[in-house]
Amino acid sequence: MIAASKKFNRKASKQNLELQIENRTGTLMLVPATLLLLLFVVVPVCLSFILAFTNARLVSSTSPQFVGLTNFAAMFADSAFWAALKNVTIFTVVVVPVQAGLGLLLAVLINKKVRSSVFFRTIYFLPVITSMVVVSLLWLFIYQNDGMLNIVLQKLTFGMFKGVDWLNNPKTALGAIIFMSIWQAVGNHMLIWLSGLQTIPNDLYEAANLDGCSTWQQFKHVTWPCLRSTRNMILVTITIAATSVFTQVNVMTSGGPLNSTTTVVYQAIQAGFKQQEIGYASAITLVYFVLILIITMVLRYLTRDKD
Amino acid sequence: MTQTTDTSGSTRSWGHHFGVRRQRSQHLSVFGWIVRILFAALFAFPLIFMVVSSFKPDDEIMADISSFKAFLPVGQLSLDNYSQVFLKVPVVTFMVNSVIITVFSVALGVVVNSMAAFALTRLKVRGKAIIFGFILATLMVPFETYAIPLLWWINQLPKFSISNFTLFISKGWTNTLYVQIIPFIASAFSIYLYTQYFETIPKELDEAARVDGAGWFHIYSRIVMPLSGPATATVVILSFLPMWNQYVWPLMVVQSEGTRPVMVGVQYFQQMTTSWGQIMAYSSLITVPIIIVFVLFQKQFVNSIASSGIKG
Repeated sequence: MIAASKKFNRKASKQNLELQIENRTGTLMLVPATLLLLLFVVVPVCLSFILAFTNARLVSSTSPQFVGLTNFAAMFADSAFWAALKNVTIFTVVVVPVQAGLGLLLAVLINKKVRSSVFFRTIYFLPVITSMVVVSLLWLFIYQNDGMLNIVLQKLTFGMFKGVDWLNNPKTALGAIIFMSIWQAVGNHMLIWLSGLQTIPNDLYEAANLDGCSTWQQFKHVTWPCLRSTRNMILVTITIAATSVFTQVNVMTSGGPLNSTTTVVYQAIQAGFKQQEIGYASAITLVYFVLILIITMVLRYLTRDKD
Repeated sequence: MTQTTDTSGSTRSWGHHFGVRRQRSQHLSVFGWIVRILFAALFAFPLIFMVVSSFKPDDEIMADISSFKAFLPVGQLSLDNYSQVFLKVPVVTFMVNSVIITVFSVALGVVVNSMAAFALTRLKVRGKAIIFGFILATLMVPFETYAIPLLWWINQLPKFSISNFTLFISKGWTNTLYVQIIPFIASAFSIYLYTQYFETIPKELDEAARVDGAGWFHIYSRIVMPLSGPATATVVILSFLPMWNQYVWPLMVVQSEGTRPVMVGVQYFQQMTTSWGQIMAYSSLITVPIIIVFVLFQKQFVNSIASSGIKG
């Protein structure tokens, strides 16, 4: 009896030891990733809530002073900030549907089971793997006054078209940036749509064929409903990417002419990095953060499971 | 016999290799062809123009622009633009920097993130659910929302340097290579991808190895990781491109030539020259190798991006 309980005890303590080792090893394995995420994501996010209310500078001998809502007051009084907000809204409202729609069109185009599909897929994807900086420089040349776009348009219209200085005209600069941004990124969403398309079982199309559905009806009643989760994913990722637009603007227009292409992230980086006003830049960042939060929540609500 | 097997094998691998399933052959209409070709021209011509122009003198680039010659390697072709790039900026240093940054952040990322995912999926750890929730929460925050406070933060961090066998401690991580690596090692998305994959590997393997006396680190490095090749391929592909193309962050933290990466370098170069041929040469130099890698590993690339999309 005693021997049996001893044996049981030993077994239990051995199991206990096992669990302890498991817990310790697991903790050890989680430490690097958790620590890095804490240090380089969580701390900065929390810092933005503090720094936004101070006069912190990037390089300064004095420690930051609490200044209350001064940064926010300055920001809301700055016409450049409102221009940035307006431009980002226009950019997002145009880019999200056009890029998503064009991506879907390309995906449908290359979802045909012919050998050339792979070739076209490769071509459509090339701009995505080209860095945005390189793409911006390339389009800077294309958009020049004596650049390729004006010459092509002049040839196509037999000289009727008089040429526009695309990036130096406040009326066309944002549109030009929107166009090249879509050109660069649409291939990525084409691939995500394509992976969604390929999960749709073939029998559904065959059934639709038997019912005598036209191509458009097939798309409307089979393809579109089946792409629901892909659609939601694409909606969220394009929206977030679009609101954070910066590189193109920095390389091509520096926010100009007349703030017609400035963006929220561009304003934040100008203030924080160029002018070294970290406090003010953090206030912009904080507004952007809240904006993203609201957008994500709204999108989640709109794309929620209704059943 | 061998002949026939070879042929069927190669056809299958052809279709398989390019991820196109061809149960029944479909035909494209003329209209379909025209649309596909027009789009191909729209996406390919600017890039073809970039590479072709990098071999032409500036006056010829401008002269060719009004005809189709802009996209053809004709005229006075030379490597002059390339040699000017190498003369004007230390582009080799920039490239070495970018390679170091990319290789280290991707490799360390694979280790750190897979280890965390291993603990989260296969070990009993106290507070695991909370930690996983915390990791997933960081997935929601785009880098741009905290780039500015992060910039301030890394300027406060202590910097250790050793010269003449003496340890120096100064403030700020700017103008180093590691400031471009360390903040990007841990990635909630990579951890998430690994956890998804690890769930598909039977836990009986762990139990059997435990009975044989293997430690958890051994199980992780010798059993689970070797079985997770596809997950690692996805993580590598998805993290390698953003690291090579990194721009916003190095723009803010690097002012010295010695630690500058290629993408900040190209803009720096653009401000030093008025020659489009030279800008195209630099651009081709940092783009064409990536395009070659992409074409070679096409299938893996496409699968990775596809799996990044199945988040639901």
